[in-house]
Amino acid sequence: MTRLRQTPSQTVGPYFAYALTPEAYGYAAIAGNRPVTAETPGRHLVIEGRVLDGAGDPVEDALVEIWQADARGRYADAPGGGSADFVGFARCGTDAEGRFRFETVKPGRVPGPDGRLMAPHIHVCLTARGLLNHLFTRIYFEDEAEANAADPILSLVPESRRGTLIARRAHRHGALVYRFDIHLQGERETVFFEV
Amino acid sequence: MRSRIPFRPRDPASHPPMIHPDYRSTVLRGPTRPLVPVPQTLGDLTVPVYGHEAIGELDHDLTRNAARNGEPIGERIVVAGRVLDEEGRPVRRTLVEIWQANAAGRYVHRRDQHHAPLDPNFHGAGRCLTDEEGWYRFVTVRPGPYPWRNHANAWRPSHIHFSLFGPAFVTRLVTQMYFPGDPLLAHDPIFQAVPAAARERLVARFDLELTRPEFATGYRFDIVLRGPAETPVEAGR
Ligand SMILES: [Fe+2]
Repeated sequence: MTRLRQTPSQTVGPYFAYALTPEAYGYAAIAGNRPVTAETPGRHLVIEGRVLDGAGDPVEDALVEIWQADARGRYADAPGGGSADFVGFARCGTDAEGRFRFETVKPGRVPGPDGRLMAPHIHVCLTARGLLNHLFTRIYFEDEAEANAADPILSLVPESRRGTLIARRAHRHGALVYRFDIHLQGERETVFFEV
Repeated sequence: MRSRIPFRPRDPASHPPMIHPDYRSTVLRGPTRPLVPVPQTLGDLTVPVYGHEAIGELDHDLTRNAARNGEPIGERIVVAGRVLDEEGRPVRRTLVEIWQANAAGRYVHRRDQHHAPLDPNFHGAGRCLTDEEGWYRFVTVRPGPYPWRNHANAWRPSHIHFSLFGPAFVTRLVTQMYFPGDPLLAHDPIFQAVPAAARERLVARFDLELTRPEFATGYRFDIVLRGPAETPVEAGR
């Protein structure tokens, strides 16, 4: 049988906000930037960062989406979205400074391709004006050095570029904050995956 | 645990390059280094699932979902089609989100400065779930073309933006649907960035069967997402 051919990708363009992150437009959102509630079990944390272009300028019209396991390492992909406390999927549009922010919990470890547990990580899908195809990357955590060193996906990334996938723990009173900047180009270009 | 099927790769002959200099924004935004190939793991093979409770009754009907004191101005159309995988199988109960300009070519987005009128009865966003046969269906008005600053006298052809998840995080697709016979297609660097042989897949076709008498003309736009790779595997093995 001949296969059907994939529908080509196109850019999300600059004007997605009123449809995909529409709270400010009085239209209900499918997903906000919190894939958890205050009651969700696990270590609560904030992930914040900026999306930057090849000139180091902020990308003010990017859509950052995350998908992650809960603190026990389970994805909420059952019909109905797992539990009321955990949907695992979130969206955030960048602001004029290219900033995005998620409030979530630290994901648990999930088995990898060989059955061994991978390091805690969050899947990221990035789209923007000027991106003709969406990009996949992953957020790992700085304070998981041992698990990161053994992670089967990180180990496929050239060592000199692994740091682009590691969220840095920042010091902020009261909240556990991780910083994860996404560089679309340049010396610190983020690793994006063919997956 | 249910089995998780890995998916076929993105087909490079179907998708545009990351950098297409005629579309100027790609020059500083498209990554320059090759993507790093990695196997699909559990988070790639799962996806958020939305049920009917997530969808409002009028979410699929853009002529009614933001109406205040009348109907939006413009040529009423039905846009419908099937979401399929590469094997031709329906992608069921998947979320389809759309957004578009109004009939005058103006978006409600705050950064849209085009001095065409806003329509008080039109927001321009919609969503629905595909049915058991993979069908989605929207009622809307035909969006107008609009100018942009990519090059001198640049105009986007009429288009509707689409966002889909499909059965896994890796089957995500963000694309745009165009209208047949639009003279602006030949001049649009976003459309032209797609390999020539694949471009027609982004152009809806007029469909008399979808056309509703005395109400709206119909356009058919089928969408093909990445299909399953040949060997099914168990998750966590
Ligand atoms: Fe557009």
